[in-house]
Amino acid sequence: MSVVDKPRTAEQEPPLAPAREPRVTDEHGRRVRAWELALRYLLLLGVLALTVGPFLWQLSTSLKGPTEDIFSSPPKFLPSDPTLHNYERVAETIPVWDYAFNSLKVAAANVVTNCVGAALAGYALARLRYRGRRVATLVFILAMLVPVEGIIIAQFTTMRELGLNNTLVGVVLPGCVSALNVLLMRNAFLNLPYEIEEAAFVDGANVWQRFYRIALPAVKGTLAVVAIFAFMGAWDDFLWPLIVLSDPSKFTLTIGLNYLHGTFANDERLVAAGTIIAVAPLIALFACLQRYFFRGVGEGAVKG
Amino acid sequence: MASPTLTGPRNTGSTRKSATRRVRRQLPSSPWLFAAPGLLVTGAFILYPFVSTLVNSFTDRRTLVPGEFVGLDNFRELLHDDMFWTGLRNSSLYVLGVVPALVLLPLLLALLVQKNIPGITFFRSAFYTPVVASIVVVGLIWVWLLDERGLVNSVLEMLGAGPVGFLSDQWLILLSAMAVTVWKGLGYYMIIYLAALANVPRELHEAAAVDGAGAVRRFLSVTVPAVRSTMVLVAALSSVAAFKVFSEVYLMAGPAGGPAGEDTTLVMLVQRTGTGLTGRVGYASAISVVVFVVTVALMLLVLRADRKEES
Repeated sequence: MSVVDKPRTAEQEPPLAPAREPRVTDEHGRRVRAWELALRYLLLLGVLALTVGPFLWQLSTSLKGPTEDIFSSPPKFLPSDPTLHNYERVAETIPVWDYAFNSLKVAAANVVTNCVGAALAGYALARLRYRGRRVATLVFILAMLVPVEGIIIAQFTTMRELGLNNTLVGVVLPGCVSALNVLLMRNAFLNLPYEIEEAAFVDGANVWQRFYRIALPAVKGTLAVVAIFAFMGAWDDFLWPLIVLSDPSKFTLTIGLNYLHGTFANDERLVAAGTIIAVAPLIALFACLQRYFFRGVGEGAVKG
Repeated sequence: MASPTLTGPRNTGSTRKSATRRVRRQLPSSPWLFAAPGLLVTGAFILYPFVSTLVNSFTDRRTLVPGEFVGLDNFRELLHDDMFWTGLRNSSLYVLGVVPALVLLPLLLALLVQKNIPGITFFRSAFYTPVVASIVVVGLIWVWLLDERGLVNSVLEMLGAGPVGFLSDQWLILLSAMAVTVWKGLGYYMIIYLAALANVPRELHEAAAVDGAGAVRRFLSVTVPAVRSTMVLVAALSSVAAFKVFSEVYLMAGPAGGPAGEDTTLVMLVQRTGTGLTGRVGYASAISVVVFVVTVALMLLVLRADRKEES
């Protein structure tokens, strides 16, 4: 199911016939016209400027000092005198590091609960035979189809009833074992050959041992996908924390940024510094673990 | 889904069966123990709120007042609520604006990055970066880019065009928000298309090329039919997401959806109506029910259009 694997297998095969020049389709497809290659790279660079450029512009703005004109025309892409001053100032304006820590707590909790909860439930759905398994599977499928935006008010009243509104626990709870992740884990366990577990079973391993020592290590890849998407989902989430958190001291980073933007909208350097603080960890994570990000898109889309 | 032979122990010998029975006797509750956390969370925070949304939509419940059954009053009120119609219009426009772009542009992008030329993995990853960023970060980046004195306007000024009020005109705000949604979604759907393109038999392209089909012709008669089911999937996913748009418009038009709320979307209206200490939970639930119904209708519409085209 891995998306990145597929382009990779294509590497061993001769590449596709170049789209623009039908005559270049020789057996190995190696003759790619220079102009065609140049055009391709030109287009790629154009899209690169469009997709990554805005982030770099934001970074550049965040590094420009108070005396530098950020509105100049023609625009200046590089700060003339790069400074981290704005990052200090944003921390003086809002408790940005506390917010980052809150986001980290929420994201870490979301990772742990999703990995544990989804692995356990997925294993139960895939491997254990019991009455009501079909019903349990159906429950998760139905839950996956419910649009979260449509139940957000009822989730909020539920949190109020539990006395958990305006707490970080309340932020984590509704998504702490997502149905999509349960079904992803179920599929991963279903794809494992049964024989290994059977052998352990004959050797007298009980269900926990089979789960923990045999099945779980075999689905590490999917578990990593679940972990990464749980982290990203919680770190990036906006609507739910916006609704459930009202006390500025409990804000997560995204809500804090929205607050900063609303209150100090005229200071673009500050907002820029804040957004860079929010986005840098995820870009770093993505740079290290790209494979799992792409794989998650493939698996999530097939289910979702 | 897994191959059927792996799903159950039906085909295995009697050792297993008796052993299974033995284990079941020993640990009668363990399957439910395994599934319990997931079922509990799903039940309490997804299915229960879903049901309670439906129930609340027939009451006049408020955040601090339990409320009573009022029949269809909320829905009757919706019909006369201008803000509701504004929200419905904006959310629908959002679908119309965003979905065609998200079906087509990522496919073209996938074709661009499909071939393994040097450095292509870098480009693929770079194009995915906006997907990783929070919508708040993305929204604020574009608020700054599209500012009256921001980068886009200063470039326009260099070209001799006056500043464009991307974030002050009612329609331009909506259009800018759509552009941001498309910009953020490109990389995600690109990856989905890449997987689909990898399954297109090369021979088809070669045969078409031999027959003298040009690039556009081959795109339309080889690529598009081959990835059609993926295009339908993308249309379904993106139309449902587009109809539920919240963050982009909230950030670019402001929490009130513009000075007179003319850029409000349905989910923004739900959030504004139903939260806070005076939140009208019942009325917001009625709007949510409309969101459900339209979402399901959109899915069915896309799937039906797909089937019709097929026959």
